[in-house]
Amino acid sequence: MENLENLYREVILEHYKNPRNKGLLPDPSYVTVHIKNPSCGDDITIQTKIKDNQIVDCRHEGKGCSICCSSASVLTETMIGKSTDKAKIIADNYLKMVANKIYDEKIDLEEAEVYIGVRQFPARVKCASIAWQAFMQALAKK
Amino acid sequence: MEQNIWRADFPQITEKDMIYLDSAASSLKPNSVIMAVTHYDHDLSANIHRGVYKEAYEATFLYEETREKVARFINAIPEEIVFTRGATAALNLVALSYGLKNIHPGDEIIVSELEHHSSLLPWQNVALKTGAKLVYVPLDSEGRITIANFESVLSDHTKVVALTYISNVLGYITPIAEIITLAHAKKAITVIDAAQAIEHMPVDVKTLKCDFLAFSGHKMLGPTGIGILYGKQEYLEIMEPIEVGGDMNDNVNKYDAEWKDSPYKFEAGTMPIASAIGLGTAIDYWQEHNIMAMEDHVRRLRKYTYTQIKKIPGITIYNPTSETGLIAFNIDGVHAHDASSYFAEHNVCLRAGHHCAQLVMKWLNIEACLRASLFFYNTFADCDRFIDATKNAVKFFHKMGF
Ligand SMILES: Cc1ncc(COP(=O)(O)O)c(C=O)c1O
Repeated sequence: MENLENLYREVILEHYKNPRNKGLLPDPSYVTVHIKNPSCGDDITIQTKIKDNQIVDCRHEGKGCSICCSSASVLTETMIGKSTDKAKIIADNYLKMVANKIYDEKIDLEEAEVYIGVRQFPARVKCASIAWQAFMQALAKK
Repeated sequence: MEQNIWRADFPQITEKDMIYLDSAASSLKPNSVIMAVTHYDHDLSANIHRGVYKEAYEATFLYEETREKVARFINAIPEEIVFTRGATAALNLVALSYGLKNIHPGDEIIVSELEHHSSLLPWQNVALKTGAKLVYVPLDSEGRITIANFESVLSDHTKVVALTYISNVLGYITPIAEIITLAHAKKAITVIDAAQAIEHMPVDVKTLKCDFLAFSGHKMLGPTGIGILYGKQEYLEIMEPIEVGGDMNDNVNKYDAEWKDSPYKFEAGTMPIASAIGLGTAIDYWQEHNIMAMEDHVRRLRKYTYTQIKKIPGITIYNPTSETGLIAFNIDGVHAHDASSYFAEHNVCLRAGHHCAQLVMKWLNIEACLRASLFFYNTFADCDRFIDATKNAVKFFHKMGF
């Protein structure tokens, strides 16, 4: 109960209700990746614009639960302005953290840090991961 | 204290604090089934239809005895009972074997938006591969398949009618006997998905006159990994196996081979023997108890729970008139997955998502929903815990600002 409250309290609900960088652009200079979580219907698209190894823009669109949608919004805020190398390290660490795997705690995950609470809810790890996995795919695709 | 004469048989709920309201996904297993599976694994562990030693003989006996029990249970003969991996594999077998061979361009296959993906996708695949047309029975305003709506799509082109007996999301009972009669008048074959029906009502294939009927062991107190395809002998005989390999053949030559008679030609390789034996014991359980009394109890639980849940502001129920133990609902403004974590924290096990029935979600115009399924081993105390958790969930999500 308290776990759940902690999980929802901080950033998650704020981003769920007021998503940042939401809406896709019909701009071919963006790399677009679409991921679905077939078991629950979460459906997220991430758009990333990379220039000179910098993430110059990152956008999201989709539907799903609060954890899924908010983590997409947090992702975009975290990534804009990062170098692709840094972005990769952060995303990789984030995905390990939520999956309760060993990760490098010294790396600053900024707002995304709060998703550590998801570890108490193994069934929700997927919800917290799909936007970030889509972003990783976008980096790989580039 | 309320008495529930069945509950003590289910260690999963008597040995811990768990409000299990997800029996429509998988039922709990009684001690007798657990023991039957263990007996095979612990004492026999031998393959069937092959060895001549005592353990192999007993394993074969128990496996084939289950086939007889299943046949008696649904009023068929053992030759009409094919063991499969589950309802999904059973329905795929009909579509891949009978369907791909006998359906032609211009033929029509009737399905509905209430279908579980296991009943829908095998026929969608047949339609795509053969050029046949998939035709949907229009659902009525509650989301039910009605006889009149079925008649509106039945035609001289109808070759297959593949429908669910009971919807796994809304819990409605399809008027399947009437539909089968109408379909046969057009010489269409009928494939009934009884995965949700077999554990809620007596099913008699001779009265229904269906051509095929499928169900899973794990929803009717049996183990996972085993299910049943019932098929009329005249169809099973003409159908080709979709898997070939060990045990299903009579005579193997260098360039051809002959199959055993049905049902054996459909059971290639080593089958889930322990699970099959467990299913036999699950059927014993049904035979030893009064299914009508069990279902009466489920309906009382459902009525009580529905009445209480309906009173809670901020809840939408999608199947108010359902006649079986399901309540499909959402907390307004809260995604089903967010809600289900709350229930999980309170040891209330519900299912959240699209329930392998995306067309039902689309018909309801929602992304996902929660489903509570009540079964005979549930108690009014379980229902009260669920009702309280629902009330508190509404408050919780309201407080959190959803
Ligand atoms: C109506 C219906 N049909 C088919 C199935 C598929 O059963 P299984 O997954 O055991 O093959 C289910 C189970 O979820 C069901 O509820």
